Amino acid sequence: MRETRMSDKKNSAGWSRRDVMKAAGAFSAAGAMPMFFSRGAWAENNFANNPGKATSIKLGFNVPQTGAYADEGADELRAFKLAVKHLNGEGDGGLMNTMKPLSLKGNGVLGKKVEYVTGDTQTKSDAARASAKRMIEKDGVIMFSGGSSSGVAIAVQSLAQEMGVVFMAGLTHSNDTTGKDKRRYGFRHFFNAKMTGSALGPVLKKEMGTDRKAYHLTSDYTWGWTQEESIKETTEALGWKTVKTVRTPVGAGDFSQYITPILNSGADTLILNHYGKDMINSLTQSIQFGLKDKQVNGKNFEIIVPLYSRLMAQGAGKNLKGILGTTNWNWALKDKGSQAFVKSFGSEYGFPPSQAAHTCYVQTLLYANACEMAGTFYPPEVIKQLEGFKFDGMGNGATEYRAEDHQCFKDVLVVRGNENPTSQFDLLEIVQEVPRSQVEYDAKIFGGELGPYKV
Amino acid sequence: MKSPTIKNDMFVMLIFSAIILSMPIWLKPLGAGYPDLLQKFAIFGIFAVGYNILFGLTGYLSFGHAAFLGIGSYTAVWSFKLLTMNVFPALIFSVLLSGLFAMLIGFITLRRSGIYFSILTLAFAQMFYNLAYSVLTPITNGETGLQLARGDARIIDRLFSDAGEGLPSTNFFGLEMSGYSGFYVCAVLLIIAFFISQRIFHSPFGIKLRAIKSNQTRMKYTGYNTRPYLLTAFVISGMYAGLAGGLMAATDPLAGAERMQWTASGEVVLMTILGGVGTLIGPMLGVGIIKYFENIFSSLNDQALLQAYSFMPDWLANIMVTITSPFVGEGWHLTLGALFVLIVVFLPGGIMEGVSLIKKRFSKTQANTETGKS
Repeated sequence: MRETRMSDKKNSAGWSRRDVMKAAGAFSAAGAMPMFFSRGAWAENNFANNPGKATSIKLGFNVPQTGAYADEGADELRAFKLAVKHLNGEGDGGLMNTMKPLSLKGNGVLGKKVEYVTGDTQTKSDAARASAKRMIEKDGVIMFSGGSSSGVAIAVQSLAQEMGVVFMAGLTHSNDTTGKDKRRYGFRHFFNAKMTGSALGPVLKKEMGTDRKAYHLTSDYTWGWTQEESIKETTEALGWKTVKTVRTPVGAGDFSQYITPILNSGADTLILNHYGKDMINSLTQSIQFGLKDKQVNGKNFEIIVPLYSRLMAQGAGKNLKGILGTTNWNWALKDKGSQAFVKSFGSEYGFPPSQAAHTCYVQTLLYANACEMAGTFYPPEVIKQLEGFKFDGMGNGATEYRAEDHQCFKDVLVVRGNENPTSQFDLLEIVQEVPRSQVEYDAKIFGGELGPYKV
Repeated sequence: MKSPTIKNDMFVMLIFSAIILSMPIWLKPLGAGYPDLLQKFAIFGIFAVGYNILFGLTGYLSFGHAAFLGIGSYTAVWSFKLLTMNVFPALIFSVLLSGLFAMLIGFITLRRSGIYFSILTLAFAQMFYNLAYSVLTPITNGETGLQLARGDARIIDRLFSDAGEGLPSTNFFGLEMSGYSGFYVCAVLLIIAFFISQRIFHSPFGIKLRAIKSNQTRMKYTGYNTRPYLLTAFVISGMYAGLAGGLMAATDPLAGAERMQWTASGEVVLMTILGGVGTLIGPMLGVGIIKYFENIFSSLNDQALLQAYSFMPDWLANIMVTITSPFVGEGWHLTLGALFVLIVVFLPGGIMEGVSLIKKRFSKTQANTETGKS
């Protein structure tokens, strides 16, 4: 042992000045390697992933394929694939038959065939950004889309701004996406928590009165926070009291430890600011704990799920009966656009689309249409076409992309879990189609800045 | 024991540097030569090389190193928010702070060894993770993750210029940290990290760490107090993890708590075992394989498979797609798991054992042919 130590000492002592100099030389030579890959100047014909003379363009679809929002992600992916088909002139054309005004010709976008790549966000900001970066840096997408978690949407939206590639948000409901974290390169067709509050308020007043005590369970991230805030604002304006708001981790699985305290809190209304599998679990457990059959303060205990989707309704089954909430879109709508989309999606996959699928499909078409209108893929021009764009025939009536915050304004649906469903998909009964004028708000209330056109 | 010479070390260093710096060129045909993944290779390389100093030399299996990764990331983002977008101070702070936390955690956990040490570190990491989601949300911004804002203080930057339009980007004294230039910064840091690790491996300190691994009791009987050596190794590897975390935030200025999850700690263990525990190059190989699977295999879909099999007749291609599709895309974990099992069963020493086996066989056949000739 002593011998080994001796020899080792010699080694470290033998590390002469000359050797150090040599090593230092090697390092500095390495450091000085030419940066021949540096980013080119930003110009009309030299922007990120310019397709140039290529015959095809690539779009990136970044959805959660694992985690609490995986069901939504799978349906979004179906919708994206359908949209690509329709853009390339295959299939029955879907909403391209009803959209007004329409510049698309069914020959791809600007004559270039549309291809796509997919990625898994894992409902984690880190993974979502890595996946989006792969799409942008390796696959060369000129637009990417996807969603289901507002945390992820906000994270990749700021990436979109940094990289100069447009992001058409899929399902994201937080006020922050087009509020304090809005970006010039991010667009949202989906509605938000603020609009949910405005739409739900009058219905709650009519059905549950003005004297209620509410208890919130809230997903602990940007979406949950803003929805809690918006619903609280609405209900407190009605005269309700907020007993307590409790934050729960995303993907918790078991919510019983959060539900038992509600029983003795004196609250008579439970507001679940949960989505996806979280909502399925928390609602099912609330029903199992007998909340729905309770009488508090002489009133029937009520549960409200402000943001609903048919996929969640399918998961929650009969527990959902009679529970109020809002949604962006429902396949049972009778307008021409909705019917065309349901028919097209149904014949492709054999079941009706969810609201997540609808918003993703519409977003893809809107981007393609904007490129066609601009006559170029140059992002600043495309963005200018989308800003303030008014369209109809996409399933929500007359809609406008507000230029100030890139938020779409359209009618919002207040729905209720169907008491007597006629089929396994007929789970939501539309209580009211709240007109756009009732859910509009001033773009300035949330602060935030869009940032520059050129990055 | 054949002791490695300085010349030999220098040679390894040069080869290593050349391979790392030329990654953008030789990884391109493999579909992995794009900046984000290259940066990941370098960053996780630093993480694994540092982890190997603890696990490879002392045999102490820490399941909590992701905590230091997280601490490094949050520190760096806060430095971007408060001081400057230059990554240099951010990295210094990341390394120092994670070193400090490593000292604290190491001081407590190193009182036990073996499985108890592993469980203690796991408990600490889980604690940090849960803190980041609950009590510390003002610092960590919870699930949304800590992000830059245009209105951040950035005291040092403000001395020189006003806040521009849009978000500023991170830089290393003017050199952009995104894209290929960012990779080169990470790569040079990796080479320096590797160099330090090599010196530690071949120093008397390294020998003592190895002695702890082979028989700690005997070591104690010879009059050595092992605790200070263990703690030093723990702190060094914690600082490496902090540097990696800081670099993650530097190349992509966002820090999320999922970086501290136990799966992230498990990942670095896998990387080290897959490549070869206690070898210098092994952890780097492990990093390469796992990150390649995670980023490239996971993005393959049926469409891509069909293209890959396009040289076959249609019916055969369709069959091949059906067979292989569960192993790519979402199923990449399955392939990685299978590979991991195979390697652990047949090459317990990781890929490096395979390499040395091949080397041995090669030199043996060479020797045989030489004797045959004479």
